[in-house]
Amino acid sequence: MLSRVAENIYWLARYVERAENTARLIRVNSHLVLDTPSGIAPGWEPLVDITGLRLQFETVEREPNERNIVRFLIGDAHNHGSILSSLAAARENCRTVREVLPRSSWEKLNELYLFAKENVQSGLTKSGRDDFLDGIISGSQQLVGLLGSVMYRDEAWHFSRIGRNLERADMTTRIIDVRSTDLFPDDMLESRSLDTLQWISVLRSMSGYQTYRRHVAIRVSRADVLDFLFHNPLFPRSFLHCISAVDDGIGKLENSGPALRGIRALKLKLRRVNVAELSQAQLHDFIDVLQLGIIDLHNSLAATYFPPELELEETG
Amino acid sequence: MRTSLHPGSTVYQPQPQGLKLVSSQEDNMPIELKEYDPGPFFDEMMAGKNRARPLAKEIIGLFRKMDSGELATRQDAANLAIKEMGITFTVYNENDGMIDRNWPFDIVPRIIEKHEWDRIEAGLKQRVKALNLFINDLYHEQKIIRDGVFPAEVLAESKNFRPQCVGVNPPLGVWAHICGSDLVRDADGTMYVLEDNLRVPSGVSYMLENRLVTKRVFPELFESYAPLPVDDYPTQLYEMLAALSPRNVKRPTVAVLTPGIYNSAYFEHAYLAMEMGAELVEGRDLFVDDDDCVYMRTVSGLQRVDVIYRRIDDEFMDPEAFRDDSVLGVPGLLRAWKARKVGLANAPGAGVADDKVVYAFVPEIIRYYLDEEPGIPNVPTYRCMYPEERQYVLDHLEDLVIKPANESGGYGMLIGPRSTKAERKTFAGLIKKNPRNYIAQPTLGLSTVPTVVGQCLEPRHVDLRPFILSGRKTFVTTGGLTRVALRKGSLVVNSSQGGGSKDTWIVETDN
Repeated sequence: MLSRVAENIYWLARYVERAENTARLIRVNSHLVLDTPSGIAPGWEPLVDITGLRLQFETVEREPNERNIVRFLIGDAHNHGSILSSLAAARENCRTVREVLPRSSWEKLNELYLFAKENVQSGLTKSGRDDFLDGIISGSQQLVGLLGSVMYRDEAWHFSRIGRNLERADMTTRIIDVRSTDLFPDDMLESRSLDTLQWISVLRSMSGYQTYRRHVAIRVSRADVLDFLFHNPLFPRSFLHCISAVDDGIGKLENSGPALRGIRALKLKLRRVNVAELSQAQLHDFIDVLQLGIIDLHNSLAATYFPPELELEETG
Repeated sequence: MRTSLHPGSTVYQPQPQGLKLVSSQEDNMPIELKEYDPGPFFDEMMAGKNRARPLAKEIIGLFRKMDSGELATRQDAANLAIKEMGITFTVYNENDGMIDRNWPFDIVPRIIEKHEWDRIEAGLKQRVKALNLFINDLYHEQKIIRDGVFPAEVLAESKNFRPQCVGVNPPLGVWAHICGSDLVRDADGTMYVLEDNLRVPSGVSYMLENRLVTKRVFPELFESYAPLPVDDYPTQLYEMLAALSPRNVKRPTVAVLTPGIYNSAYFEHAYLAMEMGAELVEGRDLFVDDDDCVYMRTVSGLQRVDVIYRRIDDEFMDPEAFRDDSVLGVPGLLRAWKARKVGLANAPGAGVADDKVVYAFVPEIIRYYLDEEPGIPNVPTYRCMYPEERQYVLDHLEDLVIKPANESGGYGMLIGPRSTKAERKTFAGLIKKNPRNYIAQPTLGLSTVPTVVGQCLEPRHVDLRPFILSGRKTFVTTGGLTRVALRKGSLVVNSSQGGGSKDTWIVETDN
């Protein structure tokens, strides 16, 4: 498989996953805001930092209010991480590798992109937001399901699986990070029940609430939820599950030594820490460590498999 | 029907009781062909007002049973299918950058009887055979020039003659492996060749996609007409390319070399690679090593490439041999080809025969190499390099179409009957300055086919581009790509300038 094609498939998978998880991120925050008494709610601004897009946000928007932030995350063409930009980038990547992917996957992605483009205005209204986000999430799931059911298990498949799971691992930490700010003073009476409600919200946003209830615990507690989302080996959006899938995918490639060392290092970092015991501030720092580990892993994949970066000559 | 992703859009809406569920029938008139008037032109379906040609009786009958609303609905369904299938072409615009437009398609097919097509097919094979002999001769002994049949000065000024290719013997002796020839039918019903595209002709993917869309739109007509299938092309193309492999391996590595996603035909490059199971590569994916072999960069290291279907013009193909400012090409590609380490289609330099002045000599070329009369006539062509013919052209600018030798896509032309005095003056100057660069032809009354315009059918002008593959054997597509000028009265069929396309049916008839 061509190095350029491998890179495009990898990014295609990452961008689609990013769009889906950005939708999940907005959804969890919407519910969080609705569930929290006004005055305590951190509002929307933390999303700008969690997505790592503060600099871009400040160049296009002035007020960090709900309207501006949602618009920035859903439909801003200047934000390369917005849902619309991610899908546009996924589509561009797909266009260059159409001959490698099942034909219906291009049609599905094209349809998802057109859906996002045509419905973005309604997604920006409060009443239309949930429908829009659901459409993005289910469209992305359809695409992933389609690839899973018809795609030949060659290198193209491995790169798409690696990209998807790496991005998902990264976004899982970001979604958990939404809850990592200390919301409530400990002496507040209603803190505990509010806290529980919000962890339920996080679970729901990752389609993990039902699974958690069935397989982990009846009661929703911070410690159990964190353990579930980081360490559970069977839940497909848990950090461990995602990087295990990356590990498995890399193991099927040739010349996988350097990338395998990267993934093993990341797994070790996770295993050494019991996230349930971390304070919110420590959790936030640990999430940073994991995200940096993901960046390192990406760099080692790029160095081994992707084409050298284009050297553009300076024109006077 | 399109299934919407939007959950709110499938809400069931009960109808108020007592109202009749009738779609507004007042607006939907039956389709009238009494007013259908192709004027002085040959119409491919209608022999006169309200009089269908025998081969069109059934389809016209179907239209008569439809109301105008249904016709528009089917056209909408086709447009939607094209949008969902992502059939696009790219236009570049200075203000908006790259725009990916949906492929403009008209649902009414163009139908040609098989016995007529058989004649055309034979004529095309003859033509391409002669052109390949001609190209090979030009890069070797140039007998045709020595025998005084083809003027040396035309070759001397040819923009597409590549001195780098002199003396090369490409595999199978073929230079133009893929040729797209444009055919037009004049008012009297005669089919002419308008031009031969021997560089990187495009459009074949749309021919294949048009058929898929038409099957969705008019399934009932396929039963009665049974148009001959067109989907053999990718297989034929692959076999032709594989036969150029320098290595005798079971499955040679074939790659389609594209300039990239900004090229107007990128859709087609990806499409053909996909259909053939070939690699789609850009210049930066390839690399010519000191052993003169071509390699592509893969995730498991370098892999040898045997055959390249290049969709990049000669000039940009290899910065080492041609334009050194090209960033699209592969340094050393010509060297690899000359060393017979890689097959290239079309061969570099094949474009020498893709020239509107050379075109004017094709009947002589056929007679010279094959000792046969041309099966399909050329459009009568005046060559401005000859003083007598030039004088005629200058005296009749108002009645003629003037074309520069090396432009494609309908650019740089003068359409005499629609020109202004100032334009004619400009062209007179251009011709006198560089007579070898211009030819002139009478304005042809391109034939028409009924085309959906709003809720009606109106005549629109068409041409036809069949594709001819030359390798061990010669293969002609069944029909080709029918292009249609969607603007009323327009003769310009190029998709970049308001043209669309139609499915083309070759059908068996009793006679």
